[in-house]
Amino acid sequence: MKGYIKIDGELCKGCQVCLTFCPKSSLSISDKVNASGYSPALFKEDGECTGCAICAVVCPEVAIEVYRG
Amino acid sequence: MDGNSAIGEAAIRAGCQCYFGYPITPQNELTEYMAAHLGKRKGCTFIQAESELAAINMVFGASVVGARAMTSSSSPGISLKQEGISYLAACELPAVIVNMCRGGPGLGSIAAAQSDYFQATRGGGHGDYRTIVLAPSSVQELADFTHRAFDLADKYHTPVLILGDGMLGQMMEPVEFKHEAPEVLPVRSGALRGAKGRPSRIIKTLSSNPADVEELNWSLFRRYELIKKEEVTYETFMVDDAKLIVVAFGIAARIAKGAIKNARASGLQVGMLRPTTLWPFPSQKVRELAQNTKQFLVFELNMGQMIEDVQLALEGKGEVSFYGRPGGVVSAPNEVLRVITRLYYQKGLEK
Amino acid sequence: MKTVYTHPKYLKKVPFHYCPGCGHSVIHRLIAELIDEMNIHDRVLGIPPCGCSVFAYNYLDIDMTEAAHGRGAAVATGMKRAFPEAIVFSYQGDGDLAAIGTAETIHAANRGENITVISVNNAVYGMTGGQMAPTTLLDQWTTTTPYGRDAKTAGHPVKMCELVAVLDGSVYVERTAVDSPANIRKAKKAIQKGFQVQMDNLGFSLVEVLSPCPVNWKMTPVESWEWIEKEMEKVFPLGIIKDTTGKKDAD
Repeated sequence: MKGYIKIDGELCKGCQVCLTFCPKSSLSISDKVNASGYSPALFKEDGECTGCAICAVVCPEVAIEVYRG
Repeated sequence: MDGNSAIGEAAIRAGCQCYFGYPITPQNELTEYMAAHLGKRKGCTFIQAESELAAINMVFGASVVGARAMTSSSSPGISLKQEGISYLAACELPAVIVNMCRGGPGLGSIAAAQSDYFQATRGGGHGDYRTIVLAPSSVQELADFTHRAFDLADKYHTPVLILGDGMLGQMMEPVEFKHEAPEVLPVRSGALRGAKGRPSRIIKTLSSNPADVEELNWSLFRRYELIKKEEVTYETFMVDDAKLIVVAFGIAARIAKGAIKNARASGLQVGMLRPTTLWPFPSQKVRELAQNTKQFLVFELNMGQMIEDVQLALEGKGEVSFYGRPGGVVSAPNEVLRVITRLYYQKGLEK
Repeated sequence: MKTVYTHPKYLKKVPFHYCPGCGHSVIHRLIAELIDEMNIHDRVLGIPPCGCSVFAYNYLDIDMTEAAHGRGAAVATGMKRAFPEAIVFSYQGDGDLAAIGTAETIHAANRGENITVISVNNAVYGMTGGQMAPTTLLDQWTTTTPYGRDAKTAGHPVKMCELVAVLDGSVYVERTAVDSPANIRKAKKAIQKGFQVQMDNLGFSLVEVLSPCPVNWKMTPVESWEWIEKEMEKVFPLGIIKDTTGKKDAD
């Protein structure tokens, strides 16, 4: 089952909590900086994301939307 | 009926839905009256809170959802409520607060006094705000002013204070209630009733932008100007030919009236001005009286507080003397008569 | 592509002012989700505290009013008594609940007020810059316990849940935490149970949520989430502390 997420780079404050909890470690930190000066989380397109939404559950900024199927 | 209970009955007839109280002499009969009569009415609530401070915040909550709410206490308890009153004023929320004043400062005495005048008329809590302050001097007025307090609170979206005292509260007098309790309790518009079919609503005062809070102050004071223009009330007694006018409110005014009648009997031309709204203060009337009366005597049951408002009003166009008994000691009429007579002759008013 | 997770309906689309990794915004989101799922938007009234989360009303799209510091439970009492059909919740900080507001919280619980108190315990006073709170752990550094909290001068961490559970008026008391996906889900179920208890008119419900405060704990967000599990939960054990509602989980 293939999952896919969209991260709102501007909302993300680079807290990296999602990285630690993603069971498939398909998240990384972007080297670019957003308007507020944070380096946001980045979704690995080629990762093994299953759309489990753990990242969205922990995200303090409600910056992640999760799709599956 | 005793004064305290009369307030309770009048509040119920004014559609008071919630009363939150706490025991403190000399206003316990009011809390007890509400426990016996308000709690059992449909939709109404009586709670004896854990403190006067909690009680005023419960009033805040009830007022936020549009209910007519009231609390009462006496001097030390009213001090505990000041933070809450400031929030009510800032959120433009109506509420009725009754202070049956007792001797102070500190735990003071449980006897009647008027030493909370400043606290009542100068806002009392933090920030620039005022509350309307009504000053009854009889059980009938306690009832009538309670009704008026609820109406004024809703009309101007502001807390209204009734400044009575221990004696008024305990005193038994005939009283006539001119209103029936409403069947359907009033719910104020603009309250928080759940964002059903409308955008959500916020009642708050904190703002990170000082300009917002400044604008709140400007709008409150525009309203206070209106209240000053519309709602000043007072009673005058034999002032037309008076050479000396006593200025007194509440129980002190009743005592002074007795003294004035005796003074008149012995030919002294003395009159009285009795403010029934302490804020807004009848400054205009004081100035008007000063056109032909130059001597004023302020009589209060404190160390001299209302005298400042009289002096401010006169702007030097009249001479003001003071006689006061603080701490809960209540003068007898002939004591005040002696003061009036001595002053009258000292100032050569008999010529 | 099926949407599995998206922005809750009653959470305004406004960036949070909270620090990176803060637990408040997570809890706001849980509340927003529940308001939608339990279909109580039309009659829910919220009370934010004096603290970082006073701005909850900028995020939660419901009727809200600010309470004076510590007075949330009293304001909620007035609101609920005057408008019983409403679902009233008071969102309070640890100091708000267990320091200045102790009396209001204890007595609202003791009267069995039909309200839900959601208390966010981050062991410090966040908005004012990280001072000691009643729930600061022993030896924990804060700006007012620079040498670590010393019980002799600053007392012990206050366990408000256990205190409230002793009172007969309280019906449902649970402590949860925002430190892992599983606990966040449990926190949501706890808050849902709290709302349900209120809707069933069973009495007072308190849900405490241990919440990370990275900036004031001087930790990274990830470290602060771990610190809750490693340290805080030792002093503040998670779980249902009291549930006399008879029904095990909210239906």
